[in-house]
Amino acid sequence: MTYIVWFDEYRDEHLPIVGGKNRSLGEMTLAGLPVPPGFALTTHAYRQMRDQDADARHEVQDLLARIDLDDAAGLQEIAAKVRQRIEDIPMPAAVDEAIREAYGRLGEVCGDGAIPVAVRSSATAEDLIDASFAGLQDTYLWISGEDDVVAHVKRCWSSCFTDRAIAYRHEMGHDHDRLLMSVAIQKMIRPKAAGVAFTLNPTDGDRSQVAIDAAWGFGESVVSGEVTPDNFLVDKVIYEIVSRAISPKTIEYRLSDDGRSVEKAAVPDDRVTAPSLTDDEVKAVAWLARQAERHYGAPQDVEWAIDMDLPDNENAVLLQSRPETVWSRKPRKPVAKGRGDLMDGIVSTLLNPVHTRSKASTTQEQGN
Amino acid sequence: MAEGRFPSPFEIETPAGAEGWEELYTYSLPFSEDRRDYEDSVFWFQDGIHWPEVLTPWDATFFEYAIASLSQYNTRHYLIPPALGIDYRVLNGYAYLTPVPVTDPAEIEARVPKFMERAGYYFQNWDRLYENWRHKIDDLADQLRALDFSPLPEVEPMEVITEGRGEGSGMRLQENYRTLLNLALRLWQYHFEFLNLGYAAYLDFFGFCKEAFPNIPDLAIAKMVAGVEVDLFVPDQKLKDLAQAAIDLGVADAFAQDSAAAVIETLGSSDAGRQWLARWDEAKDPWFNFSNGSGFYHTDEVWLEHLDIPFGYLRNYIDKIRQGVDLSRPIEELRAERDRVVNEYMELLPTDEDKEAFQGKLGLARVVFPYVENHNFWVEHYSHAVIWRKMRELGETFVKEGFFADRDDVFFLKRDEINEALWDMYSAWAVGTEARGPRYWPRELERRKGILDTLRAWSPPPALGEPPEVVTEPFTIMLWGITSDSIGMWLGAGEEGGDGGLHGFAASPGVAEGPARVILTADQIGEVQEGEILVAPLTAPSWAPIFNKIKATVTDIGGMMSHAAIVCREYGLPAVTGTAFGTKQIETGQRIRVDGSTGTVTVLD
Repeated sequence: MTYIVWFDEYRDEHLPIVGGKNRSLGEMTLAGLPVPPGFALTTHAYRQMRDQDADARHEVQDLLARIDLDDAAGLQEIAAKVRQRIEDIPMPAAVDEAIREAYGRLGEVCGDGAIPVAVRSSATAEDLIDASFAGLQDTYLWISGEDDVVAHVKRCWSSCFTDRAIAYRHEMGHDHDRLLMSVAIQKMIRPKAAGVAFTLNPTDGDRSQVAIDAAWGFGESVVSGEVTPDNFLVDKVIYEIVSRAISPKTIEYRLSDDGRSVEKAAVPDDRVTAPSLTDDEVKAVAWLARQAERHYGAPQDVEWAIDMDLPDNENAVLLQSRPETVWSRKPRKPVAKGRGDLMDGIVSTLLNPVHTRSKASTTQEQGN
Repeated sequence: MAEGRFPSPFEIETPAGAEGWEELYTYSLPFSEDRRDYEDSVFWFQDGIHWPEVLTPWDATFFEYAIASLSQYNTRHYLIPPALGIDYRVLNGYAYLTPVPVTDPAEIEARVPKFMERAGYYFQNWDRLYENWRHKIDDLADQLRALDFSPLPEVEPMEVITEGRGEGSGMRLQENYRTLLNLALRLWQYHFEFLNLGYAAYLDFFGFCKEAFPNIPDLAIAKMVAGVEVDLFVPDQKLKDLAQAAIDLGVADAFAQDSAAAVIETLGSSDAGRQWLARWDEAKDPWFNFSNGSGFYHTDEVWLEHLDIPFGYLRNYIDKIRQGVDLSRPIEELRAERDRVVNEYMELLPTDEDKEAFQGKLGLARVVFPYVENHNFWVEHYSHAVIWRKMRELGETFVKEGFFADRDDVFFLKRDEINEALWDMYSAWAVGTEARGPRYWPRELERRKGILDTLRAWSPPPALGEPPEVVTEPFTIMLWGITSDSIGMWLGAGEEGGDGGLHGFAASPGVAEGPARVILTADQIGEVQEGEILVAPLTAPSWAPIFNKIKATVTDIGGMMSHAAIVCREYGLPAVTGTAFGTKQIETGQRIRVDGSTGTVTVLD
């Protein structure tokens, strides 16, 4: 039984057992993109846990059968009980051994026996939970030591049973019992700054640009909208920074002093209005996003970070890449529109000089 | 755009001591009551790109010839649908321009088919016509060189008699001067034979790119169109080759001497040195007919007449090569990079029709662009250098006849006054008596120089009259880089000191910090030190060799396509052009930060 798939060993046939997030990390790793190293714990591990304790499985099924979506308090109570019951199931010996062995190997690769990792759920196609819906609640950052990793794998599994997730599956008519989940375990990074990037300009759909939102520390502050990030627009062909807007960034998520958890803290005054990225870092992030876009052949929405543990010039890492959905779904407007004829084009250029035209058309695009 | 207007030309006062300046120019050049209604109703801007300084009476010739020729092509040759010419005036010695639009939509419509037929012919036959143009320029330069301005002989030589010529040397002098003026005007007709069409084709591609990619940097578009091998860069390349040759031939030590004359003397004393001098002679014509300014002023220094300039650059290049700096231009890499940029943008276009249109427009832009890039060398540098040289020969003759103390005094006469002065000289020679010139001109020249000195100390407002709501005239934008935004900037900066930050065109990307070196005139460029940031009213293409020393450039004047911007991009230096007030707000030695990607300059001290 395959419990572990390393990112750099990912193959298409692994998709059903590793889920979307692990596929993305595997593909990016194989494409040569700088993704922090790690491995997938496959759905076989979850299945093993679920199937080895028939009593627990029935208890969970009974609890879920009592759900009434109109009773929010009741739903929450049941969800809590389900999660507790799942976490109480002992980790199957073979899975336990596989996790510890893989974690040990990751530690060897990175030269740190107690290498801190992020433990995240990786949804498989069957449960249909959109990655963005799964969101933050099942991500555990800065976990180190094999016992803790094993414990957080269980918490990750149990997090499929938050009240929101249960309600969602209920509404969609999915069977809770057929749910399978994979987990991603990835070397933790220590981000100086992090954020998201789109491989087009989200305000006008310009495909020649990469738009970057960046803030100090972990990217959570950007994703959650708790800070107004610095914003950069970079041309993806000549890597020129076309515009920049530096915002006051008052809070950041950073590693706690004991190095074992991530905490939200006020940003020291001298960094509040300072740009969170150097120009070189902005260009490196744009390059990363562009490589992801090339790899997938479609505009992407990526999460990235600048890792303090890596040397300058190779410290930009890609954490996640998924298809951009807003502009990519709109039909693209052709440019030429019969203006292909050279002389007609020149006459029209002389009659409507570009400096007066471009502003009008941009405004129009925004209005759409 | 900021609210407000610029002073009316009729509100501008003559500085004390410059009274009567109007008489130093063609009577149609100054603003006058005769055309006040019209002159007061339009917007004028000072052309600091080409004529940042006070014009001497003769130097105004090129101003008039150039702008009239430009206009003639728009108005009478190609019938540019929305644009007639550019009207021009001189105020307190400074050049002002206003574009003349075609405002009647029916007239614009009527001009379109004629424009398409005429411009279309040039676009279709561009390569052949451009090749012919190069021959026309060579031929014109040969004719200029053949003009004989040597002094009048005591007695006509015998062959005038035996060949039955029936005319004398006074005829030759007067005729040759008229020929020089004709050739100068013809040169400027040639200059605009292609230029506006070239810019129009470039603008069309530019507009297409901006529509497809609203945020695309101007620089990216310039990169796709720009040639890899451009005549304007040849002089600099020749100097680099000569620096390498000096090292290879083992004569590089000679260049440690400060004066070019001393270097040449040392080189002349050895075989290897003479070999180097032979290579110099091979390269110098036409390439070192290169002016250190815009080429429009007689005071601009041409390398061949001021050998200390190119020899200073040679010394610098020899040092660089010895330090192991690679000065070669990686032509193949530049070509490959250009192809990459083109292909990547093309891949990002939505439809096949767009890709086809992009290729078509880029193709035409590349056909026309060599002219846009190269004409400046052949006209303003090469041909003007020949004209300045010939005018100085004529000046020498006036000096010999006692009219002037210095040959450069010839540039303090209006072009048509020289006909009169030649007549005076000829007539006295013919009659065998005394000319009035030697008593008249020294007094008059002193008066004129006083007026011009006063005007030089005056600072011209960037514009006059009420600005248009939106600048739509295509050539104003393209050739002068003047947009509604830049006008707003002038108005804004005039009102307050600004926020310590200057804004201009993001002409060449990158960020640099360093001490500023403010250079107001071309003859100061020797003061520039390694690692400084050059701040100048504008830069000339021939300053290219100092771009190896500096970290960035800031100019008062110029847009994306100004000659200076082209050179900065070539050297990969950050540049902000068209800041309007850079040389006024920045002082030498101040630390500044130049962001050539956003077009901002910050004083750090």
